[in-house]
Amino acid sequence: MFHRESGVFKTSYAADMALYPLPIAKWAVAAFAVLFIVVAPLTLGEYYISILNLCLIAVVGALGLNILVGYTGQISIGHGAFMSVGAYTAANLVTHLGAPFWITIPAGGLMAALIGALVGIPSLRIKGIYLAIATLAAQLIIEWTINHVPAISGGAQASIQVPRPTLFGVQLKSQVQLYFFLMGFVVLAIVGTANLVRSRIGRAFVAIRDQDIAAEIIGINIFRYKLWAFAISSFYAGVTGVLYTYYLGIANYEQFQLNVSIDYLAMVIIGGLGSILGSIFGAVFVTLLPILTRWFLEDYGWLFFSQSDLLNAIPNLRLIMFGGLIIFFLVVEPEGLNRLWRNIRNYFRVWPFSY
Amino acid sequence: MKSISARSVAAIVFGLAVGATASLGLTGPAAAQQKGEILIGEQCDRTGATQIVGIRLCAAVQDYINVVNSKGGVEGWKIRVDEIDHEYKVPAGMEAYERAKKDGAVSYMIYGTPHAQALNQKLNEDKMPATSPGFGISASADGVRYPYLFPVAATYWSQAAAAVQFTKDKLGGNLKGKKIAYVFYDNPAGREPIPILEALQKIEGYELRTFAVPPPGVEMGAQVLDITQRFRPDFVINHLFGRSPSVAIKEYKRAGYSLSKVLGLVWASAEADIEAAGGWQVAEGYYTMQFAGAGDDFPIRQEIKAMYKAQNKAPPKEMDDTVVYNRGLFIAALHVEAIRNALKANGGQKPTGEQVKKGFESINDVTLGGLVPPLKITAADHEGGGWVQIFQAKGGKFVKMTEWFRAYPEIVAAEIKKAP
Repeated sequence: MFHRESGVFKTSYAADMALYPLPIAKWAVAAFAVLFIVVAPLTLGEYYISILNLCLIAVVGALGLNILVGYTGQISIGHGAFMSVGAYTAANLVTHLGAPFWITIPAGGLMAALIGALVGIPSLRIKGIYLAIATLAAQLIIEWTINHVPAISGGAQASIQVPRPTLFGVQLKSQVQLYFFLMGFVVLAIVGTANLVRSRIGRAFVAIRDQDIAAEIIGINIFRYKLWAFAISSFYAGVTGVLYTYYLGIANYEQFQLNVSIDYLAMVIIGGLGSILGSIFGAVFVTLLPILTRWFLEDYGWLFFSQSDLLNAIPNLRLIMFGGLIIFFLVVEPEGLNRLWRNIRNYFRVWPFSY
Repeated sequence: MKSISARSVAAIVFGLAVGATASLGLTGPAAAQQKGEILIGEQCDRTGATQIVGIRLCAAVQDYINVVNSKGGVEGWKIRVDEIDHEYKVPAGMEAYERAKKDGAVSYMIYGTPHAQALNQKLNEDKMPATSPGFGISASADGVRYPYLFPVAATYWSQAAAAVQFTKDKLGGNLKGKKIAYVFYDNPAGREPIPILEALQKIEGYELRTFAVPPPGVEMGAQVLDITQRFRPDFVINHLFGRSPSVAIKEYKRAGYSLSKVLGLVWASAEADIEAAGGWQVAEGYYTMQFAGAGDDFPIRQEIKAMYKAQNKAPPKEMDDTVVYNRGLFIAALHVEAIRNALKANGGQKPTGEQVKKGFESINDVTLGGLVPPLKITAADHEGGGWVQIFQAKGGKFVKMTEWFRAYPEIVAAEIKKAP
C-alpha cells in the first residue's frame, strides 16, 4: 500500500499474487493497525474521536458505493435511501423484537441488498445517465414510503429511538467505545471488499465495467452480476445506515435524503473510482475537509476579516473552499486522490536515483 | 520516466500542500476558554436549506450576548456563544455539538428538528441542557421523559391548538360545520400537528381536510386550486417552511382567496416570506403566529441599536427583520437567564450542565419587555406553557392581533402522554 520495489523482480505467479509483495508491507499494515487501534483512541480526545467516528461510518458507505460505481461501472443516486432501508429495518427489529446488533446489522444490510437488487433491475436495460435517473426515482420512492407508512417509520415523526448497542453486557456509549465498535465493521468492510475484488465475482464486475458486451461474450452472466453488484453495494449501504443509527441513537429519514447520496458519490469520485484506498481517502476527505477548513478559518480568519464579519464569513468561505479544493484536486488528478497518492509514491520509488 | 516527471513533481507539491494544511488543522481549534467566561454552544445554519432563518437568528444571538457582556455580564461572568454552521446536515451537527462539549459549553442551542432528534440521547448522557424553540420533538415538552431537551417555546402541537382557538374566535366562537383546510409541508415536522387537529375536530365538530405539499414546496398551484375552488374552506392553517410560505401566499392571492382567512404557523411567518411573496400589499391580511414578540418596540432592540451607535456603527441589516431576529434574542435571553439562575443557586461558581438545567427549570416570567411570553418552565413542563401571539400583515408591517395566549392545554397534554 505504501511502498514499492524499485523494479519487477517477480519470478513466480505466487509471488505476483501475494497479498504482501514485500515484508515491509506486512509491517506497514501492522503499524497502521497499532496507530488506529491503540495509539489514536489512547491519545486523542473525545471530540477528535467523534470526528474519526463520522469518517469510519462514511468509509463503509463509500466502499460499498465504489463496488457499484468504481468496479462495476453502474451508477446509483439512491444510496442514501438504501441506508435508510437498513436503518429502519434495524430500528424496527430493535424496538419490536429487542434484537442485538449482531442480528440487526446483517438484517439491515440484507434488507437493503434486497431493495437494492430490485432497484438494480433497470440497469439490465439502461446505462449511464438513464440509470442515474432510475436510481434517483428509487431514492424518492423509498423516502416517500418511509415517510408515509407508519408501520416502517414508527409514527408521524418518522424517527425511531434506538438504544446503543450492547457488547458482553456493556452498553457502548462513549465515543471511544463506539470507535472500537465502528472500527470492527470498517476492518470487516475493507477486508471484505479486498477479497471480493480479487475473487471471481470481482473480476466479473470489472469485466462488465470495461465492456459489458465483451464480458457477456466471454461467458459472464451480466444479468446475475449486475444484480449482485447492486445487492452487495446496497448491503454495505444498509450496514452504513445501521451503524449510523447506532451511532446517533435514532433512525430518522431526514438523515438519508438525496444530498447524502450525492455526498457519497462525491466521495468515491474524489477518492478514486475502483480502488479501496480511494474510497477511504474520499470518505475521509469529504468528511474532514469542511471541519479542517473551519479550524483553519477560526485560527487565521482574523487576518482577513473583522470579528463581526467573521461569523458570517466562516460558513460561506468554508463552502467556497470546500468546492474550490474539490475542483482543484480533480483538475490536478482527474482519477482522484488515490491516483495522486500513487503518483507521489511512484516518484519516490527510485528516488533519489531517478533518471 | 522523463515524460511523467513534471506531473510527479506537481503531485508532490500538492501532496505537501495537503500535508501542510492537514498539520495546520491538526494543531486543532485554538478556541481555549478564557477565565471568567461561560460558554454556550450554538448550531447555526447560515448556508443550508434554512439559511433564510439562520443568518438573522444567529446574528441576534451574538448581539444579545454582546449587550449582556457590555453591561458587565451575568453575575460577574462573561458569556460567550460559539456558533458553528452545520448546513442543516446531521453529521455536521453532531461534530458541532461535540466541539462545543469539548470547549466546555454548559448549555446548547440546537437548530433543526433532525438535530434535536439525533442529539436527544447524547444530551442525557452528557447532562447538557439544550433548547429547540418552535421545532424539534413536541413530546419533549415533558421534562420527565426528556430531561435535557427544552422546547422553551410553543411546540407544533401547542401551535396547532392555538391555531384552532384563533380560528374559532375569528369564525364567531363556534366551529360546528365549519371547514378548515390544513396545508402542510410533507415531512415529519409538517405532519406533526395533525393528531391535535384531529383530536380537536372531535370536540369542536369542524370539517378538516389536509393538503400535503411535497418538498421542496415551490410548486403548489394544484393544492391551492383544490383548496380554494373545490373545498372552499372557512379558514386555512398553513404549516410550511423555507420558500414555500411565500409561494402559498402568492397562490392564494392569484386564486382570489382572501388572505385574511389564512394563518401561518411560526415558520411561515417572517418578513422574508412576505417579501418573497411579492411585498406587503400582496400579503395584506395574512395572519402569522409568533412564539417571540414581533416588531421593533422592545427595549432590548433599542439597547442593541444604542450599543452599535456607541461603536459608531449602523445597526446591522439583520435588525430590519423583526420576527426571526427577535426569536434569536428570545433564545439567547433564555440561555442567559438559565445561567443566571444557576449562578445564583450555586453561589457564583462556574455552573455545570446539570445546574444550568435546573436554571432553565426555574425560569419564570422573563418578559424582556413583552418579547418573551409569560413562560413558566418547570421540571415537568419544559415548554413553559405553549404561548403564542397572532399578528396580521397590515399596511407594511405585522400588527399584533392577540395578546399571549395558549389553547386546549389538556388536549396537548393528552397527546404528550400518548407519545411513544
